[in-house]
Amino acid sequence: MRGEVIRRVRGGIAALVLVGLVVAPWVVDDYTTAILSRTLALALVGVSVALLTGVAGMPTLGQTAPYAAGAYACAVVGSRVSDVGVVQLAVAAAAGALLAALTVPLVVHARGVIVLMITLAIGELVVIVLGRWRSVTGGTDGLAGIPAVRPFWGLPALADDQARYLYALVVVATLVGAVLVLLRTRAGLVLRAGRDDETRLRASGHRVALHLSGAHIAAGAIAGAAGSLLVVAQQYISPADFGFDTSALLLLGVVIGGTASVGGALVGAALVIAVRDWLFGVLPGHAPLVLGALFVATVYLLPTGVNRARGRLRPPGAPALQPDQPALHEQATVAELHR
Amino acid sequence: MTGLLEAQEISVRYGSLAALDGVDLRIHDGQRHALIGPNGAGKTTLLNVLGGSTRPQRGTVRFDGRDVGRLGPAARARRGINRIHQRPAVFPTLTATENVVVAALPRVVPRRRWWPGGRRRAAQRTAGPLLDQMGLTAVAAVPAGHLAHGQRRQLEIAMALAGRPRLLLLDEPAAGLSAIEVGRLVELLQALPRAVAVLLVEHRLDLVYALSDTVTVLRDGQTLAAGTPDEIRTSPLVRQAYADGVA
Ligand SMILES: Nc1ncnc2c1ncn2[C@@H]1O[C@H](COP(=O)(O)OP(=O)(O)O)[C@@H](O)[C@H]1O
Ligand SMILES: [Mg+2]
Repeated sequence: MRGEVIRRVRGGIAALVLVGLVVAPWVVDDYTTAILSRTLALALVGVSVALLTGVAGMPTLGQTAPYAAGAYACAVVGSRVSDVGVVQLAVAAAAGALLAALTVPLVVHARGVIVLMITLAIGELVVIVLGRWRSVTGGTDGLAGIPAVRPFWGLPALADDQARYLYALVVVATLVGAVLVLLRTRAGLVLRAGRDDETRLRASGHRVALHLSGAHIAAGAIAGAAGSLLVVAQQYISPADFGFDTSALLLLGVVIGGTASVGGALVGAALVIAVRDWLFGVLPGHAPLVLGALFVATVYLLPTGVNRARGRLRPPGAPALQPDQPALHEQATVAELHR
Repeated sequence: MTGLLEAQEISVRYGSLAALDGVDLRIHDGQRHALIGPNGAGKTTLLNVLGGSTRPQRGTVRFDGRDVGRLGPAARARRGINRIHQRPAVFPTLTATENVVVAALPRVVPRRRWWPGGRRRAAQRTAGPLLDQMGLTAVAAVPAGHLAHGQRRQLEIAMALAGRPRLLLLDEPAAGLSAIEVGRLVELLQALPRAVAVLLVEHRLDLVYALSDTVTVLRDGQTLAAGTPDEIRTSPLVRQAYADGVA
């Protein structure tokens, strides 16, 4: 009964949020609309972070790497080859997946905090390469003047911020839907099992490294696609869009959202990015400090995220947790950081 | 007749301690073999070596005529060696059904090979009857982390069977089970297809005698005796070992 009520309430809130997202660009000014589009792109990267951190159990600070690969691939293709959105999305996703595939050997055999350090290093390396490889990336100046995207062959180019925002919203909704479907398949089930107990998964005959590689590449593709949305939103990109602070904020957002939840990751990442953008306005120069303090407070006060209520709900007739069993929601969020 | 499993001269050392010291073991197709011995004799270590989670310093393991010594636990499970652990190992956030589905996936045979979701559905079909056999139908939708100890153990047995084993390694499967659950376990093991070989580590000798055709007695990492249950029951050596050891 209670589960039913909560499901309804959640469904209602989700519907309201969706309506709000659709009408938002007509309520706020153009500048804010452009910022919202960028926030959508970052929230999608947040989903890829949640996929790795919460579902696959590989906490990551490096999703800005495939995000950047996708963005730059999209910017280059958009300037020189095609202004068609689906083409740019496919190229960006492929670039993100390729970068993720190249880094697979570095991450799949590492665990916990080590993964955080390795992915952090990968992210920083990518930023350095972007700054140096001037002929393609424009160096620290970045790439500007990327032509407006047309979503599909034959459609008009998206000339204003509202249209670009809606394009981003449709793409994010489609990709998030695809991730949710994927998580319901065998692949999602096996990933969750591996997060619970990798040794047990191996004992059942599963190729764990293969599953993790697949998840890593899929998350790279999603982040890459998000990169193409950033290009659409800003029509300008530079290495500053992909710094360590962005990775840290996304991880923070995903932790707030409850690591394993895709919806939570979207909301958490969007919230954190919005707070950052707002803080930069009201506290010039101090925003990183405030965010750092927020990060520490979140990790200590709220280790289980917004979704903790879920873990508390026991299925009907189920006995209480055994005293020797760590609480489930703790296993789902804190455990993977220490694996 | 050659063995399904042949382990020769297995030695495992932990520092100065010889957990296993030149142990031989041979199990035929469908054989029900028990491994007994006092605590610390090396029984779990031997299962670890056969299952692939511990590499012995010396010795060879052949399964189905092939050297599997270099294979890890996953590859051995895919060849048909499945085990349950002394401490039940299940996926705590997955439901009982999902646990069995995950365990079934690597060896499941879908009806239509390239149909999307075919493997998942085939695995799902095997889960229901197995949970039923283990008396877990009522808790099929409960996350395994919420199950009582005995239920988790039975779930792990269902998972091992879902992997369509040719050799089942059971490490004290009756430990922590109620009398009813032990009864169900014995029935289940007796009803296993004759082709499935079982290596059973068990302290309770009544279960050993009920379930096995042959018995090996380990002590301090060495084979103390081997034979039929009747031979072992009457062996003075074994009585002595058990008097010195636990029971
Ligand atoms: N990982 C390990 N590290 C050190 N010693 C171990 C390890 N595993 C087992 N041992 C030791 O090896 C011996 C055999 O252990 P085990 O195989 O668990 O015995 P049994 O299952 O027969 O009770 C024991 O003395 C045990 O303390
Ligand atoms: Mg033992």
